[in-house]
Amino acid sequence: MKVEFTLNGRSVAWDGPPITRLAAALRADLGHTGTKVGCDAGDCGACTVLLDSRQVCACLVAMGQVAGRTVETVEGLGDGNGTLAAVQASFLAHGAAQCGICTPGMLMAARELLAKAARPTRGEVEDALGGVLCRCTGYGKIVAAVMDATASLPAAPPAGAAVGARLARVDGVAKLSGREKFGADDVPADALWIRVVRSPYARARFALGDLEPLRRRLAAVLTAADVPSNGFGIYPDIKDQPVLADGQVRYRGEAVVALVGERDDVLAIRDEDVPITWSPEPPVVGLEAAMAADAPLVQADKPRNLLLEGGVRRGNVGEVFDTCAAVAEGVFETAFVEHAYIEPEAGWAERVGDRIEVHVSTQTPYMDRDEVAIVMRLRPEAVRIVPTACGGGFGGKLDLSVQPLVALAAWKLLRPVALVYTRPESMAASTKRHPARVAARFGCDAEGNLLACEVTANFDTGAYASWGPTVANRVPVHAMGPYRVANVRTWGDAWFTNAPPSGAFRGFGVPQAAIAHEAMMDELADKLGIDRLEFRLRNALRVGDTTATGQTLSHSAGLAQCLEALRPHWRKAQDEIAAFNAAGGPKRRGVGVGCMWYGIGNTSMSNPSCMRVGLSPAGTLTLYSGAVDIGQGSNTIMTQIAADALGLPTAQFALVSGDTDLTADAGKTSASRQTFVSGQAAERAGRDLRQQILRLANAGPEAALSLDGARLTVRDGGEVRVIDLATAAPLTGEGTFDPPTTPLDADGQGIPYATYAFAAQIATVEVDIELGTVKVLRMVAAHDVGKAINPTLVEGQIEGGIAQGLGLALMEEYLPGRTENLHDYLIPTIGDVPEIECILIEEREPLGPSGAKGVGEPGLVPTAPAILGAVHHATGIRATRVPLLPHRLREAIVLAGKGP
Amino acid sequence: MGVYLRPRRLEEALSALARPHVVLAGGTDFYPARVGRAVEEDVLDIGGIDVLRGITGGPAGWRLGATTTWSELLEADLPPLFDGLKQAAREVGGRQIQNAGTLAGNICNASPAADGVPGLLALDADVEIAGPANRRLPLRQFITGVRRTALAPGELVAAIHVPRPRHDAESAFLKLGARRYLVISIAMAAATLEFAEGRVAAARVAVGACSPVAERLPALEAALVGAARDRLADCVDVQQLAPLSPIDDVRGSADYRRDAVVTLLRRLLASFVR
Repeated sequence: MKVEFTLNGRSVAWDGPPITRLAAALRADLGHTGTKVGCDAGDCGACTVLLDSRQVCACLVAMGQVAGRTVETVEGLGDGNGTLAAVQASFLAHGAAQCGICTPGMLMAARELLAKAARPTRGEVEDALGGVLCRCTGYGKIVAAVMDATASLPAAPPAGAAVGARLARVDGVAKLSGREKFGADDVPADALWIRVVRSPYARARFALGDLEPLRRRLAAVLTAADVPSNGFGIYPDIKDQPVLADGQVRYRGEAVVALVGERDDVLAIRDEDVPITWSPEPPVVGLEAAMAADAPLVQADKPRNLLLEGGVRRGNVGEVFDTCAAVAEGVFETAFVEHAYIEPEAGWAERVGDRIEVHVSTQTPYMDRDEVAIVMRLRPEAVRIVPTACGGGFGGKLDLSVQPLVALAAWKLLRPVALVYTRPESMAASTKRHPARVAARFGCDAEGNLLACEVTANFDTGAYASWGPTVANRVPVHAMGPYRVANVRTWGDAWFTNAPPSGAFRGFGVPQAAIAHEAMMDELADKLGIDRLEFRLRNALRVGDTTATGQTLSHSAGLAQCLEALRPHWRKAQDEIAAFNAAGGPKRRGVGVGCMWYGIGNTSMSNPSCMRVGLSPAGTLTLYSGAVDIGQGSNTIMTQIAADALGLPTAQFALVSGDTDLTADAGKTSASRQTFVSGQAAERAGRDLRQQILRLANAGPEAALSLDGARLTVRDGGEVRVIDLATAAPLTGEGTFDPPTTPLDADGQGIPYATYAFAAQIATVEVDIELGTVKVLRMVAAHDVGKAINPTLVEGQIEGGIAQGLGLALMEEYLPGRTENLHDYLIPTIGDVPEIECILIEEREPLGPSGAKGVGEPGLVPTAPAILGAVHHATGIRATRVPLLPHRLREAIVLAGKGP
Repeated sequence: MGVYLRPRRLEEALSALARPHVVLAGGTDFYPARVGRAVEEDVLDIGGIDVLRGITGGPAGWRLGATTTWSELLEADLPPLFDGLKQAAREVGGRQIQNAGTLAGNICNASPAADGVPGLLALDADVEIAGPANRRLPLRQFITGVRRTALAPGELVAAIHVPRPRHDAESAFLKLGARRYLVISIAMAAATLEFAEGRVAAARVAVGACSPVAERLPALEAALVGAARDRLADCVDVQQLAPLSPIDDVRGSADYRRDAVVTLLRRLLASFVR
C-alpha cells in the first residue's frame, strides 16, 4: 500500500505493508535512523516521534494510520545542516545526552511540551518525558536542559585549558541530531538477517530434527555443528559458553539455532516451526540448590558447581571479635539485575577477502576480535572489529552477543549478515548482575574504632563463567569497605546455576557487598550511640593507612574529605527530618549515608592501554583512541587530556575510535579504567608528539603551538618557527600505560590496584509506612575523583550511577521468563530519580592523567546503602533483601509491629 | 501477511468482521504482543472511523467514542464526575501511550490491571456494541475474565456510555505502583460519589488489579450512603473486600494487595473532603 504523508515538513510517499510499524518504515525504508528502537512495545519511548504534533511511540503506529498526517522526527529539529535547535543545543550544553540512544525520544517528547510551554516547570517536564527511559544520565541533566531550553553552549576552551573544563561532548552533535550510528543503524541494505531460536527451558537436552526443509527456505540454518570452535568466554582458559548449544541447554534464553535469510523470511518462522525435540530436566535454581551435596552439575566438568573461591586474610579475626565492645552481623541478599541499556545488542558482519569485519555495539573491541578469531579458528589479525556507537553497556556489552553469529554467517554466505536482538531476547540471553548472599560481621571498640571484619559473599554465577571470576576476586578485596580494619577475613565464591550467565555489571559485585558493610556501619554506630556519618569518618581509610591486602595508600584517599563535605548536608537533613516526622502521619522521612571504595582497573592483572596522536601532512590532527565511548564520555575526556598534553585546542582534534585496524588496544571500557589508564596513555601520547614537534623546532618545553592547515607554528619566547607538515609529517605520538599492581598471594596480600576511587553519598527518603513505598527525595554525592577532567561528564557518571543504584535498592529484579521486558522489569523513570547534588573532591592521584582517577562505577556503589540506611532511619526496618519492593517493606513493617 | 483494512465507515468495518480480524485502534496492545515476529493476522484498523471517536454529552449522559484517546479525554470539557477517570488517564503509560491508546482498547484488552476499568465501573458505564445486532452491556458484564470479553464474532465496541448521575457527583482515582511513570498497577481504586445535602446519596467504588476483573465493592458502597463528607474514610472495613481475590505476582503479594487496598480506599475517600 502506498502511504503519503508529511515527514519533517516534506511530502513523502512510502510503499509497503500498511501494518508495518512507523519506526521500522522510518528506519529501514526512509533512511531516518535517528528514531531508535529499544523495545518495540511502547515500554521505553526511544522511538518517540510527533504524529500531528503529539508524541507517540513510532513502534506502535501502523503505517496505514499515517496516511495524510504529519510526522516529525529528530532529523527535523534544527535546520538540517548541522545547526542545532535550541532544545538540542541545551541538551549539549547541559550534558543531557550520554550514550545518546534515548536522546531522540527525549528531544521529541520535549518538543511536544515546549510547543505549549516555553519555560516549563520540573513537574511539567517529568510528566512530558515520563514515557522515555534513560539508563545513563539519571535524568537530572535532561530535566535541566528542557527547563532551560534556551541555554547556549559555553565557549570551547583555548589550548592548554581543556582539562577541568566543562567541554561539550565532542560527539554530542551527532548524538543530538540523530546522525550517530548505533549497532542497528547502518546495516547494509543487502544484508541477510539472523533470528536466533533460543531455549525455552532453563535446563534441557535436545535433539534437532530434519533442518533441510528450513534450509531450503532460508540462506542458512546454523547449529553447533557449524561453529569451528564452539566455546567462548572472557578468560583465556575458560571458554565454556557455546555459541550455539550442542545437545543441551543450561539457561532459558540460550542460543540453539540461528536462522539466516531475508529479514521477513526469518521473522516469519516461529520457534515451533523449527524441529527441536526437548527433554527438560529439573533446573538448578539459586545458591542453595547449587551448593547442595546432591546437586546436579550445571557443567559436567565443574565439580560441586563451584566456579572459584578465594579471599583476603589479615590479622587475627577470631580472637579479636571476642574483645570487641560492639559487634554487628547480618546476611543480605540481592537479585539478578538486568543492564537494560536502551540499545539492544546489535551488529553486522561482512567478509572482506580472507578477513571478517564485524560492526558491533561493544565495550571491548580487541577482546571481541580475539574471541571471534578463536570461535572461527582464524588469526586475530583476520578479524576486524569496528565499534558502532554504543547505546549503553554498563558491563553487559563486554561479553560476546551477536558477534560470533554474524561473523560465522557472513563468512559462510559471502554476504553481509546482521543481527539485532529484540528486547525480550536481549533480556533473556544477556548477562546479569550476580545475585549475592553476603554474610557480614563487624566489630569495634568502645570508641567506635573498627577492629575486625568477617565477610563471606556467595555469588550465583549462572550457567557460564563469564565475568564470575572477576566478581569473586574483586569482592573480597573490597568487602570490608573503605575502612581501616586490622583484622580481616573476607571470602568470595561463585556457583553455577541454570540461570543467565552473571557477568560484568557496573561495580563487579562491590555494590552487593557494600549493602552489607554499610548496614554494619549503621548498626555499630547505633549500638554505640555515635552518629552514623561520624562513625564512618573515624574509620575512613586515609593516606598512609594500610589496606587489608597490605597495600599502603600513599596518595589520593579522599573518603574523609567526602564525608566532611557531606557533614553540613547531613546535619541539615537530620534537623528537617526530625521536624517533618514530629508532625506524625503515614509518611516518615529518613536520611542515610553510604561509603565506598573502588579499585580502578583489573584486579592484580595487567591492563595496559595504548593511545596515539597523529598529525598528517595536510595538518589533520587525529586522536586514535581504542577506548570505546559507551556514553560515559571517553571520546571527550581523551581529547581533553591529549589536547593539553600536546598544547593544541580540542576543537582541532579529529577522532578515530575503537576500530581494531586503526587504533591500538586500549583495553576494555570496564572497571572505571578508561580515564585513569587510557587517559594516562593519551597524556603520554600527546606529550610524545609535543616532544617530537619541539625537537623539530628546537624549542624549549614552554613553547606554544598553533596549527593552521599544514602550518604548525611553534612560539618559544620571542622565537617563532614554522613547521611545514607537508614535508615534516606524518608525525605520531604514542603513549602506553599499565597501572602497577602485584599478584595477590594465598591470603589475598598484595597490591591489587594502583589507585582507588572513594565516595560517600547521603540519601533522604520518604517512606509511606502504610503502603511500603519509598520515594527518594534527594541525594548528595561527594566523590573523590582525583581530578575532574570534565566536571559535567563526571557529574553525569555519578548521577547515572545513582539512578542505577536506586533501581538496585528499590525496584529491579530479573526473573527468567517473568520479567523479560521493560514493563515487568522496572528501571527508574524520570519521576523516580530525585535531584542530585554532586560534590567533587580532587585528591590528586599522581599516576593518573592530571591527577585523575575513574568514576564510572563509583556512583552506583554507595547509593543503595544510603537509601537502605535512610529507610532504616525512617522506619526501623533494615532491609536484608533487595529490591525493597513495596510489599517487602510493608510486610516487614507489619511484622515489626510498627504498622497501623 | 494478512489483509489490512482501514475503513472510514462503521458499516464497512462491521461487514469486514463477517470474517475474523484482529481489531487495531491505538496499537498500544496490538504491537507489544507481536515483538520480533511477522504480523500474519488479518487486521481491521478502526482508527479512521469518525463516528467511533470523540465525546458527546446529552440529557441521559455522555457517550465516549470507542477510539477516543486518553489525551482527548483529558482535554475534554467534562464535569467533576469525570475527574477520577481523568486521574486514571494520566496514569496510563506515558504521554505517548495516552496520545495513542483508546478507551475501548483498554476495556477490550481486558487486563486485570487496566487503568481505565475501575474508574469506568465507578461511573456505572455501559458498553455500546455494534454488530449484526447492536446491544448494550454493563461494563462489568462486558469483561468476562482475564483477557476475555463478551464480544461475539462480528462485533465491535462502538462507545462507552456514562449515565448522568441523579445528584451532584464527583469522582477520584488512586493507583499504586513501584515507580512513578510507565508502571503496571499493583492495585488501584476508583470512586464516584453523589452528594445531596452534604451527605453521600449514592456511591460506586471499584478496585483494580486485585481480581481477574476489577470489582465493585457493594458493601462499602452501602456503608457510604448517608455518610458525611468528612467521615467517608471511616466507612472502610476489611469485610467489604470480599469480592476481591488478589494473587501473588512479580509486583506484589496477595496479602500485600489486600492490605494496601484498605489504605488506598481510605485515602481515596478522604480525598473527597472539601
